[in-house]
Amino acid sequence: MSSAPNHSDPSSDHEPLLDVRGLRVSYQSSRGPVEAVGGVDLRVGRGEFVGVVGESGCGKSTLLFAVAQLLSPPAAITDGSVEFKGQNLVRLTEKQLNALRWRDYSVVMQSAMNALNPVTTIAAQFKDAILAHDRRSAEQIRARSVEVLQLVGIDPVHLGSYPHQLSGGMRQRAMIAMALLFTPDLVIMDEPTSALDVVAQRSLMVQIKELQQLLGFAVVFVTHDMSLVSHFSDRLLVMYAGQVVEAGPTRQVFDAPAHPYSRGLLDAFPSIHGPRVPLTGIPGSPPDLAEPPPGCRFAPRCPVVEEACHRVAPALYPVGGVLSRCLLDAPDRRTPATPVEATS
Amino acid sequence: MTEGLTHQEASRPAAPLPIPPLLETVELTRHFKVGAGLSRRMLHAVDGVNLVINRQEIVALVGESGSGKSTVARLLAQVHRPTSGEIRYQGRSLAALRGRRAQLAYRSDVPMVFQDPFSSLNPAYPVAHGILRGLKLHRPELGRAERQAEAERVVEAVGLSPATEILARYPHELSGGQRQRIGFAQALAYRPKLILADEPVSMLDVSIRIGLLNVMAELREREGVSFLYITHDIASARYVSDRLLVMYGGHVVESGPTEDVLAGPKHPYTQLLLSAVPDPRAPLEVDAAAAKSEPPVVIDPGPGCRFRERCPFAVERCFAETPLLRELGPAHTAACHVAVADEVPTAAV
Repeated sequence: MSSAPNHSDPSSDHEPLLDVRGLRVSYQSSRGPVEAVGGVDLRVGRGEFVGVVGESGCGKSTLLFAVAQLLSPPAAITDGSVEFKGQNLVRLTEKQLNALRWRDYSVVMQSAMNALNPVTTIAAQFKDAILAHDRRSAEQIRARSVEVLQLVGIDPVHLGSYPHQLSGGMRQRAMIAMALLFTPDLVIMDEPTSALDVVAQRSLMVQIKELQQLLGFAVVFVTHDMSLVSHFSDRLLVMYAGQVVEAGPTRQVFDAPAHPYSRGLLDAFPSIHGPRVPLTGIPGSPPDLAEPPPGCRFAPRCPVVEEACHRVAPALYPVGGVLSRCLLDAPDRRTPATPVEATS
Repeated sequence: MTEGLTHQEASRPAAPLPIPPLLETVELTRHFKVGAGLSRRMLHAVDGVNLVINRQEIVALVGESGSGKSTVARLLAQVHRPTSGEIRYQGRSLAALRGRRAQLAYRSDVPMVFQDPFSSLNPAYPVAHGILRGLKLHRPELGRAERQAEAERVVEAVGLSPATEILARYPHELSGGQRQRIGFAQALAYRPKLILADEPVSMLDVSIRIGLLNVMAELREREGVSFLYITHDIASARYVSDRLLVMYGGHVVESGPTEDVLAGPKHPYTQLLLSAVPDPRAPLEVDAAAAKSEPPVVIDPGPGCRFRERCPFAVERCFAETPLLRELGPAHTAACHVAVADEVPTAAV
């Protein structure tokens, strides 16, 4: 469960930019502690694009907040480390963190409508962000603000605009521009496209990818929409009930998903191509994290569940280039004769 | 679970029937005032929409945010009055509905299911409350025991069991998917002819959405209900609908049998929409048109196609003259000057 071996991890040859090990986060509730993130490992290399996908309540946003050290009570990190550029962020003081925030890593929040201040102009908000972390002259601030807006394809005249004067897509792009003010090494994104319609969504994803390739920053991209990151991320983590259930290169996870949950999630998307086939989704709902099931957390909804799954909690097992938290993929359980199940 | 997919062939339009469609709109238009005094302008949310929904048919209305699709639903639900144009229900104009009784009858025939299952149920009462109240109002002929039995029936019809236990629960004790099923059960209790479903699954998790779409398909088969399914997700529209209407900037820009529209989209906007749908099974195609994703001008719009600024095929005529829906295939229409019948428009025009 904790610190998994380094196999099948393309970034493991180099010193990773971000190295999260055995991270656990609990919320204090009236019913006792609820562990929203239960021992997650996440390694991100320089310039890498890592997608974290899962449904609501799977702990993906809590994970992101924990990595960025933005948790507030009743949530708290109970175990594990977040190594970023050689420093364990969990141990740093607020003051030390402030020296890193925006400059070395930045966060793009889900809803730009709420994240931008509605009563000040874009220019004023950019200025605030810059001055909070550096001393710059008014001209320097102006020049940098123009520069980042142009990077995301917004006309610099909008520096004088208020957030409500921009479209949803432009607001999200302005948020991304703001996150790039100091050209950080890591940009953490929490569903930045979820409020947009498909066309704007696709255009923003393409733009993020282009910027990433241009500027070389790494991205941790959290989303509930697995298909959204399919063309953009290098590696994918699939989370379920606070745990990583599958991790591997994106293409591999999509082409041959190992974990039954990943398979179910992929099969829940109706396609606009090919024949119309009846789909079922995944029956049931995720477990109550205050009382997680004793064995595999997906067992109550799993189509290929076995008796042992209700007793034995699976670890992450390497299988066909990915890691899978499924007992059927455990080395002692795997039967080589079983053909790879085709899913599409 | 599969009925929804088999129905389509049967519902292909045959010879014109003497009986009027279940619901139709004629040049339905709704403008909203924005600003005040000298800066007062008109926002054209819905402009000249002609829509037909037949019995036991699922019609999908697809478009981006701001395209006017939700305004259409609200017009049909009589939340807004049309600025001009007409809504005909079973051949009779809604403007001619007189009195509370007729209004009530229309509302029970054409209920609405809302987007957000977390705010559309009263948290202070068990779910039985809303269903029983609806029954009391819309079906006064039922006695207490009959209302209870009917409440249990509709809860089971949307795939929730055991019904008595579900009815006794409070909304916070149900998952998002279960709450949205209750939303459908409430609508079903009125014995509706047409359910207006405005983005009913967009707030739900991916693994749960399909279950709700299957509920819609089943209710159509077993209860004979029609649906207007409003969504921005064209893939889910394909999954359940018989016919598809695409809206852009307040206009219907394309309409036709779902499979025909998807197989041969005529309008450049429909083509853009289809190319933007993330499909992990398909290779990535990045087109320049997608990058220009600015919304259309719908405040005091002049004549001309509202998609012209983003359209890769726009010609002079598109700036001067608003295109009307033309038939370009069997029952397949598109509002585009450039589109060619049964062929995609080409840049060579």
